Amino acid sequence: MIHIHLFPKTGSFAENKDIARDIRIHSIIPALENNQEVILDFEKIDSVTQSFVHALISDLIRKYGSDVLDRINFKSCNESIQKIINIVIDYMQASA
Amino acid sequence: MKIHLPNSAFLGNIDPFLKALDTSDPKKLEITANKNWISIHPMVLSMVAAIGITITDPSKITCEKLEATSKHYLKRMGLFDFLRIDSDIRITEHEPAGRFIPLTQIKDSISLTKFITEMTPLLHLDPKHAGPIKYIVSELVRNVLEHSSSQYGAILSAQYYKESNIIRIGVADTGVGIKRTIGHSYQVSTDLEAIRLALMPGITGTTRREGGTEFNAGAGLFFIKSIASVNHNFFVIYSGDAMYKLLKRTTREPKLYADPFRDRHSTNDRLPHWNGTVVGIDISLDATQEFSTLLDLIRKIYVEAVKERKEAKYKKAKFI
Repeated sequence: MIHIHLFPKTGSFAENKDIARDIRIHSIIPALENNQEVILDFEKIDSVTQSFVHALISDLIRKYGSDVLDRINFKSCNESIQKIINIVIDYMQASA
Repeated sequence: MKIHLPNSAFLGNIDPFLKALDTSDPKKLEITANKNWISIHPMVLSMVAAIGITITDPSKITCEKLEATSKHYLKRMGLFDFLRIDSDIRITEHEPAGRFIPLTQIKDSISLTKFITEMTPLLHLDPKHAGPIKYIVSELVRNVLEHSSSQYGAILSAQYYKESNIIRIGVADTGVGIKRTIGHSYQVSTDLEAIRLALMPGITGTTRREGGTEFNAGAGLFFIKSIASVNHNFFVIYSGDAMYKLLKRTTREPKLYADPFRDRHSTNDRLPHWNGTVVGIDISLDATQEFSTLLDLIRKIYVEAVKERKEAKYKKAKFI
């Protein structure tokens, strides 16, 4: 299991999609390819944009299917962050 | 290009200002202004500055001597610096921070992140209000950086109005415009049609595939329009010959639509041609709905829109 702390990379407002893509490509995908589970830790993050979350996880759902969500844990998300993550996840599954 | 700064140009009455633009000669800029009073939305300021920086020879920019007492506002917002004009206006900085964001040019992703971090103290926002404002700025400016292909990036300004308790934000670019961007994936014949598509959730110029690309979902503008809609605020988008204006919602219960033409709105598709895209939005701090409530509404409509589009593509049985 790998534990990815987002705050040091994003600050309290996670909106930079380049950073999201970088985390996905260099941290999340290698872990999934190694059959590891992933914890995405949103501690100290106050808010995120839908674009950031889309750049972070949408391609994982497309690439590995929605079952990948069994291997990703979203930690310390406030209510708004949870809702935005759910919007992106619903959208990707509806689009499949 | 000729621009007249009228005595009043806010999103509710922006139409005459846009109609009066003379965009026939993009290599020079002539600015005139109302003699008595100039009260303009940051969208207007951002437009003037965005044009100004495209003109490399400062001698091609002229601005008549401003007489209106409100000329200090233009100075404080940094307009004359963008135009490289000595206005002879001197201002005393009574408020070191103020509640405004002067005209700012953002040309890359890192600068945007830095700008957003520094922006909140400038507007003296509490966290409840800061969230939606940061969200709007991030999504609007990223749209410019990713889609406009403008070497000048995004020009942004914002102002808090104490009497109405509203923050007004304007973002302008002089890039390729929405029709060309959306046209990469969809056949569109008019600027208004392109704007309509750009405001629909899940529509992006980067792909026709539902779900977007790994980098673009096609939801940024829909989210922003939704923030304005639930808070009873104006939202204007102007690109090419066309403008779409979200009017204030008159119904009590917030209702979002995937198709912007179902919202209470006005359009004009015979405006002077703007090479690029301009967005103006007002956010009333009195009415700010909990962001979380808005997200519930968005989640519902966002997924419904995808399902409707997919169902529209279903093969139908042939009954003979």
